[in-house]
Amino acid sequence: MLSSKVKNRIIFLTTVALITLVAIFFIIQSLDKNILYFSSPTEIKQSEDVVTGKKMRIGGMVKKNSIKISENNIQFIVTDFNNEIIVNFSGTVPNLFAEEKGVVAEGKLKDKSFFEADRILAKHDENYMPPEIKKIMNNSNAK
Amino acid sequence: MLNNTGHLLIFLVMVLSLTIIYKSYLELKISSQKISNSIYQLSLFQSTFAISSFLVLIVAFINSDFSLINVYENSHSAKPLFYKIAGAWGNHEGSLLLWINILVIFSYFFLIFNFNHLKKFRLLTLIIQNLLILGFVIFLLKNSNPFSALEPVPSEGLGLNPILQDPALAIHPPLLYLGFVGCSIYFSAAMASMLANYRGKSFALSIKSWVLISWCFQTLGIIVGSIWAYYELGWGGFWFWDPVENASLLPWFAITALMHSVMVLEKRDNLYSWVIILCLLTFILSVTGTFLVRSGILNSVHTFASDPARGIYILIFLSLMILSSLLIFFKFYKKENYSFNFKSKETFILINNWFMTFFLVTVFIGTLYPIFLDVLTDVKISVGPPFYNIVIIPLVIPLLLLMVFGPQFNWINSNKFFSTKLIILILGAVGVNLFIFFIFGSYSFLTNLIFISSIFLIFYSLIELKKVLQKKIKYNLPRIISHLGFGMMVLFIGINHQYSLEDDFNLKVGEEKKFSHYEIFFDDIKLKEEKNYKAVIGNFRVKNIKNDTTQSLNPEIRIYANPETLTYEAAIKTRISSDLYLTMSNISRSDFYNIKFQNKPFMIWIWISALTIVLGGFLQLLNRRNEN
Repeated sequence: MLSSKVKNRIIFLTTVALITLVAIFFIIQSLDKNILYFSSPTEIKQSEDVVTGKKMRIGGMVKKNSIKISENNIQFIVTDFNNEIIVNFSGTVPNLFAEEKGVVAEGKLKDKSFFEADRILAKHDENYMPPEIKKIMNNSNAK
Repeated sequence: MLNNTGHLLIFLVMVLSLTIIYKSYLELKISSQKISNSIYQLSLFQSTFAISSFLVLIVAFINSDFSLINVYENSHSAKPLFYKIAGAWGNHEGSLLLWINILVIFSYFFLIFNFNHLKKFRLLTLIIQNLLILGFVIFLLKNSNPFSALEPVPSEGLGLNPILQDPALAIHPPLLYLGFVGCSIYFSAAMASMLANYRGKSFALSIKSWVLISWCFQTLGIIVGSIWAYYELGWGGFWFWDPVENASLLPWFAITALMHSVMVLEKRDNLYSWVIILCLLTFILSVTGTFLVRSGILNSVHTFASDPARGIYILIFLSLMILSSLLIFFKFYKKENYSFNFKSKETFILINNWFMTFFLVTVFIGTLYPIFLDVLTDVKISVGPPFYNIVIIPLVIPLLLLMVFGPQFNWINSNKFFSTKLIILILGAVGVNLFIFFIFGSYSFLTNLIFISSIFLIFYSLIELKKVLQKKIKYNLPRIISHLGFGMMVLFIGINHQYSLEDDFNLKVGEEKKFSHYEIFFDDIKLKEEKNYKAVIGNFRVKNIKNDTTQSLNPEIRIYANPETLTYEAAIKTRISSDLYLTMSNISRSDFYNIKFQNKPFMIWIWISALTIVLGGFLQLLNRRNEN
């Protein structure tokens, strides 16, 4: 027979291990549900199965002369110089949202060329470019 | 001139560091119980030189001495004096100098205040702390020198990022640094404690005040940062689960756990290894946060011009720190006897630590997972606020309840459990919750539980507070105040989240908009010239139809010249019951202004309760001083 001290310890350790496992499982589960993937307009055009209705981020440049404003809406085109996506947004745009500047939009795809955004990401200064966009731009320059 | 003085002073700090390490090493072998005077003097000189070097930098900023690259890049002669001074630590190089200052000053204070502890322990702490100082001084001189000269001297500087020209943000870095870098001293002490075999209660006594000081400043720093985010970033929120915010939260969870468990070590001489792990972890996480933020891996206001070499240096330094602390930990690890009775205060403190660890792990995974995925697979993802909300919020409920039950238990063993008083309190909390639920509008089951448990904690704390004040014992006061603050904070954040009104729309000058029970009139715009910026000021009237009152709000769009930047200043009307919040931004090639209007209930109370939490910490510090 195990002594009661050893027995207690085993119970204690099993409980801790169990709680830890449940906690980690719980964290990973919710993480999986709340990940936002980032895509460029070209990636969306080229992908075979476009997932509509799942939250994601897209990014690129705001196309010149593409911003249209109505009372409740801002519409603009995001481009990576190869492909374009129309973005519809109602809400506040951040400080440096402007044409021919980098932008990241968070929201859902309606179809391959239409995006309903619920957040436009803020940038903190005019020299800053999100790393995702920098990469897209570098790629399209290289082509 | 100034650059030579600065260099000389920093060089002296470095030389003194080496001397102190050498001298202390020699002292270790001498059997006398007292540390020789020369070490005290060297340490005092080191602090003096470090502080002087920082003053030199501040003078350079005040005089707009553009012969220093650092001043040229981050200042402008037309800037108000206050922001010139704040500019000294508003950039990477200057803040690193501040960092070194705090390392040095804490090192000196630890030496002089802990005179009744074991000599070997104190000397080893000093040696390790000076190794840290040395590491950061070399980093400063090699890669981030605030005193680098510029030739030829430019006539004007580039200016400080306008978004940083703000009183809250000017004091935010020093506060946060006192908190984060203050952790270094018990990192060193923890290592020394293992090396010198100076364990248990006496070790706890030597670090307790330092843990408390750094906890207070860390908390205060985080609060000031989020107040700033609230009125400056113009989103109307105050916490965004932004990776940079998370980076500051990671050490905070560790230090909060430490602050609780160090009591167990002090009172019960238990949990020694766990306390050591937390001591090491807190500072390691502080440096990790700095690494993430400074290396440019995370992008935010905190990322000053990023430079890969910088990241690599911190990364090497960090790995060395982790490696050596692991090595020492396992080499000197001694088996402990845990004798815990379930019904005791120590059990509840341990449970608190589990919660903190869980929060820590959650935020850690959420922050670092995207980075790892990017490096390993090139897939770009981001983890949004819902993740944190889903994982963390449900666990706040048991945490709140445990904050009521835990403190009632005595050390070692106690038999109190459920009293009728508590049942009455919980029924009262349910009653208040139902009142809010039916009068102001319904909400989810989870929110019900959050409201009930936080009101329960508030009631309980208030009753205890009354008891303490009547009996005039100070003993428990700090804990009660901090826990009361936490309960209030959860409740007010909950109410604020539940009853916020928000709308975005586009308006032209002269137009009006109806929203919920508000009518918003956009009357006109005015231009204003200030010393360092021009402003477009909007004239808004917000009419509350319910009680027929009108408030005028004046948000601004500021155009800063140096560097050329646009910022939007929110107009905030703070009242006891709620904040009115309005931002306007213009959109290129259009007469429309983009308006964000919010009514945020009990906003000011969130700040008050957060400050109450810190107040508890400071009270405890006073308590300890009286005890000594």
